[in-house]
Amino acid sequence: MSLIEVKNLGVRFQTQDGLIYAVNGINFALDRGQTLGIVGESGSGKSQSVLAMMGLLARNGQASGQALYQGQDLLAMKPAELNKIRGNRVAMIFQDPMTSLNPYLTVERQMTEVLQFHKGMDRKSARARSVELLDAVKIPDAARRIAMYPHEFSGGMRQRVMIAMALLCEPEVLIADEPTTALDVTVQAQIITLLRDLQRDFGTAIVMITHDLGVVAGLCDEVMVLYGGRVMEQGDADSIFYSASHPYTVGLLGAIPRLDAEDDLLVAIPGAPPNMARLPRGCPFSERCALADAECRDVLPALLAAENNAAVRRACHRSVQAVSELVARGVSHA
Amino acid sequence: MLFKNKQDALVAALGNTLEVADISGRSPWADARGRFLRNRAAVFSLCLLVFITLTCIAGPWLLPHAFDAADWDAMSMSPTLRNWHFFGTDESGRDLAVRSLVGGRVSLMVGFLATLSSVTLGIVWGATSGFMGGKVDAFMMRIVDMMYAVPYLLIAILMVTILGRAFYLVVITITMFSWMDMARVVRGQTLSLRSKEFIEAARALGVPTRRIIFQHIVPNLLGVVVIYTTVTVPAVILTESVLSFLGLGIQEPMTSWGVLIHDGASVMEVSVWMLLFPAGLLSTTLYCFNYIGDGLRDALDPKDR
Amino acid sequence: MWSYALRRILATIPTLLAVVTVCYLLLHATPGGPFDDERKVSAAVLANLQAKYHLDLPLWQQYLHYLNSLLHGDLGASFRYADWSVNELVAKALPVSAVIGGGAIVIALFVGVLLGTIAALRQNSVVDYLVMLLGNAGHAFPSFVIGPVLILVFAVWLKVAPAGGWNDFSPRFMVLPMLLLVFINVATIGRVMRGSLIEVLHSNFIRTARAKGLPMRTIILRHAFKPALLPVVSIIGPLAISSITSAIVTESVFSLPGLGKLIVNGAANRDYTLVLGLVVLVTVIAVTFNLLVDLTYALLDPKIRY
Repeated sequence: MSLIEVKNLGVRFQTQDGLIYAVNGINFALDRGQTLGIVGESGSGKSQSVLAMMGLLARNGQASGQALYQGQDLLAMKPAELNKIRGNRVAMIFQDPMTSLNPYLTVERQMTEVLQFHKGMDRKSARARSVELLDAVKIPDAARRIAMYPHEFSGGMRQRVMIAMALLCEPEVLIADEPTTALDVTVQAQIITLLRDLQRDFGTAIVMITHDLGVVAGLCDEVMVLYGGRVMEQGDADSIFYSASHPYTVGLLGAIPRLDAEDDLLVAIPGAPPNMARLPRGCPFSERCALADAECRDVLPALLAAENNAAVRRACHRSVQAVSELVARGVSHA
Repeated sequence: MLFKNKQDALVAALGNTLEVADISGRSPWADARGRFLRNRAAVFSLCLLVFITLTCIAGPWLLPHAFDAADWDAMSMSPTLRNWHFFGTDESGRDLAVRSLVGGRVSLMVGFLATLSSVTLGIVWGATSGFMGGKVDAFMMRIVDMMYAVPYLLIAILMVTILGRAFYLVVITITMFSWMDMARVVRGQTLSLRSKEFIEAARALGVPTRRIIFQHIVPNLLGVVVIYTTVTVPAVILTESVLSFLGLGIQEPMTSWGVLIHDGASVMEVSVWMLLFPAGLLSTTLYCFNYIGDGLRDALDPKDR
Repeated sequence: MWSYALRRILATIPTLLAVVTVCYLLLHATPGGPFDDERKVSAAVLANLQAKYHLDLPLWQQYLHYLNSLLHGDLGASFRYADWSVNELVAKALPVSAVIGGGAIVIALFVGVLLGTIAALRQNSVVDYLVMLLGNAGHAFPSFVIGPVLILVFAVWLKVAPAGGWNDFSPRFMVLPMLLLVFINVATIGRVMRGSLIEVLHSNFIRTARAKGLPMRTIILRHAFKPALLPVVSIIGPLAISSITSAIVTESVFSLPGLGKLIVNGAANRDYTLVLGLVVLVTVIAVTFNLLVDLTYALLDPKIRY
C-alpha cells in the first residue's frame, strides 16, 4: 500500500457563473522518500487539488474522488479525525510566508501549540524541540529568536520557520504549495536545498507544487503537468524533461529563457489561460495548441501510457512522433 | 503554435490575444449600473425615496388643510378618513399629514443644501490636499483630524446658542461638521490615483495634464464621491433632526421631522400617532438612504463586502 | 512605548487649544453675550463674570486669564445663575452621565462582541440574520426615535419601567436609558465584530492554523480573536464620542439630570458661559478617550512599536 494514493480527485466550485470544475481526474501514488512535482500555470488547479486533500477548500468548494493516506480516505473524514492527521502525519507549507504566519503570536507560540496538541508535550519540552528544529533549518540564534514575532524575520527565514513548523511532528508527507514563489532566487535555491536535505534525513515524501520548472528539475522524481484542471502529462521527471511528449509541456519547456540563446526575444505560448467556466468539450489545451484539430476540441483525450515510454502517461490525440516532429521544426530549447 | 523564430512568435502572440477577445466588453459604469439594478433592496429604496420626496413636495398642495391651520373642531383626533385628517391632528387641531409633509420638505431641503455645501467643501479640500501633497497635505489633514476630535453636536449647540436658529444658520452649522468624511476619502483617492500606473502611462504617452485630470482622475473620484454623498445625506438629515428634537434647530412657525418627533414624544401617551407618523417617515427615509448607499458601494466596488 | 504615548499626548494639545480658542473668541463676538457691553444680566451675575473673566482687561489678557483658569480646572461662571459656578453644576451632573454612559458602553462591548462572534461563526444562519437585523435597526433608527418607542413599549404599555426622571441613582430609572444606549452601541459593535471576524477567518494564517490540525476552538480563541478585536477597539473611540451625543439625546428623552441636559438647557437659556465651559470639558474628555484608544491599539498590535 502506498503512503499516499489519490484516485480520480476532482474539485468543483459553486459560483455565480454556475458550477466550475477546477480539477478533474487527478491520480497519483507516492511512497516514502519520493517527490512529486505538480506543475502548471496559474489557475490550472494545482493548488486546489492539494487544498482539497487537506480539507482546506473554500466554503463553496466540493471535492470528489479519494485521497488515501495509508488507506484512509482524507476526503471522507470528519473534521476531528482529519485534525489528528493534519499537521501531524501530513503537513503543508504555503506560498506566502508573510501572511501565512500569525502576526499577533510569537513564533514560539505557533510552534509549541503543534507539539502540545498532537504530541501532548508540555510547553517547556515543546519549546526545546522547536528550537532544535529551528536549528535544523538553519535559523541563526534560534533559542533567542523563537520568542520573536513573525514580522521580525525576513521572508526567507519566515519560510524556514514554516518548514520547521511543518516538520515538528515528523510527518510522513509534506505538501509544499509554491514555497519559493514569493522569495528571491538565491533564497529559493537555499530553500530547495533545505527540502532536499530534510527529505534525505527524515525520509519525508514531498508533493511540490510550482510553476517553476527549474525547481522541479532540482527536486522531483515524478512530475505531473496540469492544464485547465486536467493532467496533460505525468511520469518520471527525466523522461518529461528530456523528451517531453505533450505539446503543452513542450511549450512550457520552450518558454524557459536561456542565457545561451542567440535571439533576444522571449517565447510564449500564444493565447491566454483558459476560462474555467467555459472550457472546450475536448482537450482544454486545444485552443492554444499548434497540433489541435476538431477531434481535439470535441473529444477529451484519455491519459494513456506513451507509446515509446511506459513510465510516462500523456493525454493527447496526437502521437509522440507528431510532437517530436513539432519540436524539431520549431524553436527547441530542450 | 511553435515558430521558426521568436520574432514570429511574438507577433503571433499579440495577434492571437487580440483575436481571442470575442466576449463583448462592458464599461465599468455599465457594469456598476447592472449590479445596482440587480440589488432589489437598493432599487426599491430608491423608488420609495423618490416617492417620499415627491409627496413632500407636492402633497401639501393636494391636501385640503394648511400646515398651520388650527381646526378647533378636531383637536387631538386620531387618524381618520373624516375631515381628511389622514394622520390625525395635534392638540391645536393642526393636521398631522400636512405638517409631516411640510416638515419633510424642510428636513429634505436642509439635507440637500447642507449636503451640497459639505460635499463641495469636502471635495475641494480633499482634492487639493491630495494633489498638493507634502506639508500642505499634512496641515490640511491635521485640521480634519482636529475636527473629528471634537464632538460635533456640542459645537453645533454652541453655534446655535451664539448665532441663533435661522434656517441658513442651521444649514451652515450642519455643513461645518459633515464635510470631513468626504475630504478624507477624496484625498485618499487622489493620492493613490496620482501614483497609479495608468496615470504614469498617460504621462509617458504625453497626455496633457488637464486631460489626465478630466479623463482619468475625475471619473475615478466620481465613484467615491457618489458613495459618500449617499452617506452624507442621511447623516445631515439626522443632525438637523437631532438639533430640532432638542429644541435647538428649526424654529416655529416652520417645522421639520425632528420638531414633530419632539412634539409627538411629549404627547405619545395619549396620541401615539403624533410620534409614529413623523418618526416613521424619518426612519424610512434614512433606511432608504442606507440601502441605496450599500447598493452603490457594492455596485461600484464589489470586492468591498 | 512611552515615547509613543508622550508624543500622542503632546499631539492633542494643539487640538484642545484650537477648540478652546475658537469657542472663546466666538463668545467674545456674540452680541448680547458676556463680553458685550450690551449684556443684560443681574448685578450678582455680573459680579461673578467680572471675577472669573476679568472683563475690564484687554482681550489678550482676558484670554490668558481664561487659559490659566482652565488649567486650574475652573470652568467659569454661569451667565444666568448667580449662585452656581459651572464647576458646581458639572459636579452634580457628571456622575449621572458617567454612570449611564460608561455602564452602557461596557455592557455593549460584552454583548456586542459576543453577538458578533456568534453571527460570524454561524454565517448566513438564522442567528446571523437576526444579529444583522438588530445591527441595522440600531444603526438606522435615530436614538430619539428608539428612545420614545422604548418608553412607549416598556413604560406606557407594559408599565414595567418609569418613563423618565431620576431618583438618586435608583436602578429603576437607569434601566431604560441604559437599554437605549446599549441597543445603539451593540448595533455597531456587533456588526464590526462580525465583519472583522469573518475577514480574519479568511486570512492565510488561519488557513495555516487549520492545516496544522488545530481544533476550531483553539483557532478562534488564540489565533482569530486578537486580530478580529482590533477594529472593534478602533471604533470604541468614535463610539464613546458619539455616546456623548447620544447622552445628550438620551438625557433629554428620559429627563435625566446629566451633562447633556445641562448643555441643552444652557443653550435654550442662552447661558453662553455655561455652554462654553461644558464644550471645553467635553472636548477634553473626548480627546482623552481617543488617546486611550490609540494607546490600547498600540498595546494589542505587536507591529506598532515606535
